Amino acid sequence: MRAAVLLFPGLNRESDVMRALEMASGVKPTLVWHAETDLPAGTDLVVVPGGFSYGDYLRCGAIAGRANIMDSVRRHAERGGLVLGICNGFQILCESGLLPGVLMRNKDLKFVCRMQHLRVERNDTAFANQYAKGQVIKVCVAHGEGNYVVDAETLDRLEGEGRVAFRYCDSQGVVGGEANCNGSVNDIAGVYSSRFNVLGMMPHPENLIERIMGGVDGRGLFDSLVKAPARAA
Amino acid sequence: MRSEPKVTPELVAEHGLKPDEHQRILKLIGREPTFTELGIFSAMWNEHCSYKSSRLHLRKLPTKAPWVIQGPGENAGVIDIGDGDACVFKMESHNHPSFIEPYQGAATGVGGILRDVFTMGARPIACLNLLRFGSPDHPKTRHLVSGVVAGIGGYGNSFGVPTVGGSVNFHTRYDGNILVNAMAVGIAKADEIFYAKATGIGRPIVYLGSKTGRDGIHGATMASAAFEADAEEKRPTVQVGDPFSEKLLLEACLEIMAKGCVIAIQDMGAAGLTSSAVEMGAKGDLGIELDLDKVPCRETGMTAYEMMLSESQERMLMVLRPEKEAEAEAVFQKWGLDFAIIGRTTDTLRFVVKHQGEVKVDLPIKELGDEAPIYVRPHVPTAPKPVVTAQDVAPPCSVADALLQLIGSPDLCSKRWVWEQYDHLILGNTVQRPGGDAAVVRVGDGPKGLALTTDVTQRYCEADPVQGGRQAVAEAWRNITATGATPLALTDNLNFGNPERPEIMGQFVGCLQGIGEAASALDFPIVSGNVSLYNETQGRGILPTPSIGGVGLIDDVGKSVGVAFAAAGEAIVLVGESRGWLGQSVYLAQTCGREDGAPPPVDLACERRNGDAVRAAILKGAVTACHDLSDGGLAVALAEMAMAAGVGAQIADGPADMPAHGWWFGEDQARYILTCRKADAPSILSAFAAAGVPAAAIGETGGDALRLGAERPISLLDLSKAHENWLPDYMRGKSSAT
Repeated sequence: MRAAVLLFPGLNRESDVMRALEMASGVKPTLVWHAETDLPAGTDLVVVPGGFSYGDYLRCGAIAGRANIMDSVRRHAERGGLVLGICNGFQILCESGLLPGVLMRNKDLKFVCRMQHLRVERNDTAFANQYAKGQVIKVCVAHGEGNYVVDAETLDRLEGEGRVAFRYCDSQGVVGGEANCNGSVNDIAGVYSSRFNVLGMMPHPENLIERIMGGVDGRGLFDSLVKAPARAA
Repeated sequence: MRSEPKVTPELVAEHGLKPDEHQRILKLIGREPTFTELGIFSAMWNEHCSYKSSRLHLRKLPTKAPWVIQGPGENAGVIDIGDGDACVFKMESHNHPSFIEPYQGAATGVGGILRDVFTMGARPIACLNLLRFGSPDHPKTRHLVSGVVAGIGGYGNSFGVPTVGGSVNFHTRYDGNILVNAMAVGIAKADEIFYAKATGIGRPIVYLGSKTGRDGIHGATMASAAFEADAEEKRPTVQVGDPFSEKLLLEACLEIMAKGCVIAIQDMGAAGLTSSAVEMGAKGDLGIELDLDKVPCRETGMTAYEMMLSESQERMLMVLRPEKEAEAEAVFQKWGLDFAIIGRTTDTLRFVVKHQGEVKVDLPIKELGDEAPIYVRPHVPTAPKPVVTAQDVAPPCSVADALLQLIGSPDLCSKRWVWEQYDHLILGNTVQRPGGDAAVVRVGDGPKGLALTTDVTQRYCEADPVQGGRQAVAEAWRNITATGATPLALTDNLNFGNPERPEIMGQFVGCLQGIGEAASALDFPIVSGNVSLYNETQGRGILPTPSIGGVGLIDDVGKSVGVAFAAAGEAIVLVGESRGWLGQSVYLAQTCGREDGAPPPVDLACERRNGDAVRAAILKGAVTACHDLSDGGLAVALAEMAMAAGVGAQIADGPADMPAHGWWFGEDQARYILTCRKADAPSILSAFAAAGVPAAAIGETGGDALRLGAERPISLLDLSKAHENWLPDYMRGKSSAT
């Protein structure tokens, strides 16, 4: 699997996700500077990591979502190529139009960094094939603006098409209440595009890949990507 | 162009310079200084930059060890951590700004200390902090807690460094003067450390980073009001932080350092352009000439005075290798950073500043720093307090009730509300997270790691500065030891009241004596630090608070242990001698409402012996959890270990001749709790015996309650509720007092 990790100024979790990708695939991902216009030839997966692109002084991800390199990412996605956006990357994918919805301030208006359980909603995708459907995984969150909001019609469509990837839940898999760390609608922690080749998620699977760091539940996502059939066009 | 105001004795006084200091300037330069020069003297000779009250005493501290690469005097301290790696770290205060504007004050405190670390060529891998707020009942406290925590998180989270540890206490003596001490830790190659010292004559001086604005001009506010017609030009003296710019600055600086472009580099911190330029020249025995017309400015019409004293954040000054200038320029452009050549090095040993064709400053560069006044402030030692024995203290309630009250009190409650606002997991190397003794952070892909902590027990320092100073160092050392790491060096942040009061100076001298004694005895040298004096409001000083930031090394993070009980059915071992010392304990203050007595004495030989034995036991692999005993003594430590694990414990009663509250809540020093499988207990105990360290099995883990001897069992649910709820409830405005 050849992965390209985009780097916008202000992103800061690129090394975390590169470590996870390399651990799963044995191949070092390519870091792609935002000023480039093309993705490296043969890219299977584009990753937009977390951080604070351009300081997030405007709406989160708004500037990065309109960068030139995002045209290449859109073309890559149109060809069926895989795209993963984590945290600020999720916000950037929403801003770029690759995913519906927007990430608002957390419900209690505070940044939250903590361990977080997620329920895997389906496992027939390139991103989740190494998990079981309904499996509860422990990863972490670290964001101030992760409150996923979409209009009612889009929400119905997302739910109807089964495009919710993960939901915030407690250790027993029960969603809602205190388990929802940011107020996201329907406890949504991650969503797929209509063709299931683009995933945006607020939590950080890349930080839970080693037992000594508190768990390995995040590995499943990267292992899934390695197992997924190559889709590069 | 406006002409500069005339320098009068009143203007000199408004700049915080005393008449004898004015005389000193006249003697040094042989004439009245210009207005801009006066500003420069005021910036260089204030307490913050010159250490004029503290220098004499700081010199006595132990700062050397074979593993110390750079001690105090640079941007940060540097120690060797093996494999060609160095750890660069320092702690610094941002107390006054944080009281005025808590979010930006705290944020720029973090920004400043991060810059100190990466200026030396190190990539920051962790931040910590030590916060002291006023009484929870004080009307400003909630607002200050909220702003400071958000500011620390806002800066560090965006910059991309995990904030892994800290300490938060409340006391009415901080009502008008909170403490915000921030510590940053970075990793560099031991042979690639960068310094401020400029070399070479005629070399260009490069300004990099944010534009210069009118923010943070100290002392200038009053002075400028006298001559500025339009009041709208006044700006608050608190700077505004921009973590995005700082992140760009970090990446750009590390990139040009790796390319070999940098000869000298200095960040613009306190006293901005003035102190960074003077530092570069003075350390390199060179003169510096600056042309202020070249300085990138945020607003028009800035005077030389304003530019020289601006404390706008996220700015760097450097001397580049001439043949590498183009390469460096390309890096600055890539990161979208402002840069300009604003001067050059000279052979004159003069600090010359030109603006709009006029020479505004022409001063001897070395004397600006070297000839700063130094004071031998009179000091009186703190009178010793009488020893309070446990027999002297009538327990007002049962041990169980006291424990529930203590772990739900402002100082001992869970600080989860605070550290969940800090990204403590970014970089994926945080092995021991906030909430334990010391944080453990893996270095790169490991296996080695650093143990990091901040600590001080200010009520001990107030009661007995020497013992309090010793204890602050000893506790930081213990925190590191309890993870299995070997303590290597420390940074201190000495927060005190007005040094012109002999009793405050006595606290300072006493604490420093204690810190020095402990640092020597524990081989735990001071490699960097910061002094913050004049922390007083309306004549009332803060509690003496010499914050200690400790760094230790463990060769394999896999061997480190945390505070949480590992499993049910394990043996609980108490290490160290318990005498039931209640003087200055949290129990005495919180439960009995008495802040009195002598603090527990610190026997440094005993600290060393006990700590070394505990570390050895951990590194042998048989210890499953470890916690040092400090505030609240045995009962609080056990409760913390149980709550962290969700596993209870049954503990034996103390010796018959010791009052129960002394046994459970005494704060005798040099003690630890550790757990191990029952089968391993005999060998662990005999190893302690062989080392001459008192140790005894006092109980067993298991169950869903904490059973302290014959006391009423307390369910973990009740414990956790009391422990976790106080701070969130307080911040929501549900409760105020304890």
